[in-house]
Amino acid sequence: MIEKGQVVHVARLARLELSEQELERMARELSGILEHVDKLSELDLEGVEPTLHVVALQNVLRPDEPHASLPPEKALESAPDPAEGAFRVPSPQA
Amino acid sequence: MSGLEAVIGLEIHVQLATRTKMFCGCELSFGDHANVHTCPICLAHPGTLPVTNERAVIYGLRIAAALGCEVAPRSIFHRKNYFYPDSPKAYQISQYDFPLAGPGELGGIRVHRAHLEEDAAKLIHVGESGRIHGSGASLVDFNRGGTPLVEIVTEPDLRSAAEAREWAQLLRATLRQLDVSNVNMEEGSLRVDANVSVRPEGSGELGTKSELKNMNSFRFLERGIEAELERQRELIAAGEEVQQETLHFDPSDGSLTPLRSKEYSHDYRYFPEPDLVPMVPTEEMLEEARRDLPEPPAARRERYVSELGVSEGAAATLAFEPAYGEYFERAMGAPGGGSAAATAIWVTGELVGSLRQADAEEEPLASKATPEAVRALAGLVEEKKISNGAGKQVLAALVAEGGDPAAIVERDGLGQISGSGELEAIVDRAIEAEPEAADEVRKGNPKAIGRIVGAVMKESKGRADGDGVQKLILERLGQG
Repeated sequence: MIEKGQVVHVARLARLELSEQELERMARELSGILEHVDKLSELDLEGVEPTLHVVALQNVLRPDEPHASLPPEKALESAPDPAEGAFRVPSPQA
Repeated sequence: MSGLEAVIGLEIHVQLATRTKMFCGCELSFGDHANVHTCPICLAHPGTLPVTNERAVIYGLRIAAALGCEVAPRSIFHRKNYFYPDSPKAYQISQYDFPLAGPGELGGIRVHRAHLEEDAAKLIHVGESGRIHGSGASLVDFNRGGTPLVEIVTEPDLRSAAEAREWAQLLRATLRQLDVSNVNMEEGSLRVDANVSVRPEGSGELGTKSELKNMNSFRFLERGIEAELERQRELIAAGEEVQQETLHFDPSDGSLTPLRSKEYSHDYRYFPEPDLVPMVPTEEMLEEARRDLPEPPAARRERYVSELGVSEGAAATLAFEPAYGEYFERAMGAPGGGSAAATAIWVTGELVGSLRQADAEEEPLASKATPEAVRALAGLVEEKKISNGAGKQVLAALVAEGGDPAAIVERDGLGQISGSGELEAIVDRAIEAEPEAADEVRKGNPKAIGRIVGAVMKESKGRADGDGVQKLILERLGQG
């Protein structure tokens, strides 16, 4: 069962602003999802490795060779507030 | 309050000196114009996929080998989630419960783990003060974003600020000879954070720790930890509690300021990175990582002490400063001369001293004083053919003009005078010149002998053997 406080916490981590109504709805829906997923624990999973990846590949590596980088003006093209060749953002500490 | 012992662990970030970034082919750089090394991958444009840099993995394995770490048969990348402008993806690709390498040890300090991750972009805070606090806006430069890092975490085995500094220096010496990083603290290619706490001596439990950041030199590392230990001891003496927090060290005044707590900042919600598959180091990769692995400084120091009888201090200098280590190895390869212990002392003492005094940061092997000559000199002093003081004069001559020590001794008349009538005459004159000191010695106060010895040394120009002179003076004064 997900409490409303937990929803507030994860919403904050995800930088989401939820109304009181939404918080209640989320608590209900998230609880339902977890309950559903919890059905898995009915299975006997003794000795089964956790599935971290569904593709059976390993060691996909590339050689340490440079590719062409973007021209800086291209890199900054969609920056809302470029300045001095950089992405200007509101100070995270302000 | 004395009964509190320091408990310190270090977290070290090492920037790898690969050509390209961890997960894309943008070139690494230092000091270039902002944002000239970026691409859709390291800017986190939608639809892009990271691909791991093989060289970075090899370098990581090389570091693991040098620290004696167990390499994980299979390691996994995780996403470490947080919102901050230095990370365009809103997560850092790092490793969590399946790191590249597990427990190891360096210089008696246990290494908990070593893992691979990517560096964050650089934030330049602009605004009224220019410092982190009170800035109005920040400029983001993504050149550094995605640089390969190895994070090394120690167990909390260090017990003082000085020990932490010394160990960090040992780690740097070890890493430097692997050729995997520039390991430059000022430039940020080696970054050391410290977890600091105190506890009652003998207690097995850990106190609440604080995390110290931004100590960008070994001196600041020691000073920062020292200041934090002091602060924690005072808090506890005043009956207060240490809060878990992150402190920012200010090198200009040595102060520690709490970083405004990023709420929930430790709630990173790690989960396996679905864009990257597991890494299973192959035999070929491990072999390449271990190829030409140099003797680790800690092992070299140990070998010099236990096998060659070199003193701890001299062994540390030779082991941690490769140029002097190489010089010493060459000296010991010479056909004859002083013992290893004596040669080590001449190399790390007088030679280091005179080369540093010579202003130029001279490479010892480029010096006019050859390793063979310095070892021969150590032999002359050891066999008491010349005094220690004369030896110093010979070394100065070797550094200035090179040549053969025996020839310099001959030329400058530096041969030891001892037991001869010449020395007795000098001693007698010195006793006459220092009648008060002589009386003191006669009365049984041996400390007063120093002034007479000094007078002898002065007259003999350092050619007399100190021990022999002392003995002779005592004999002459009826105290022998």
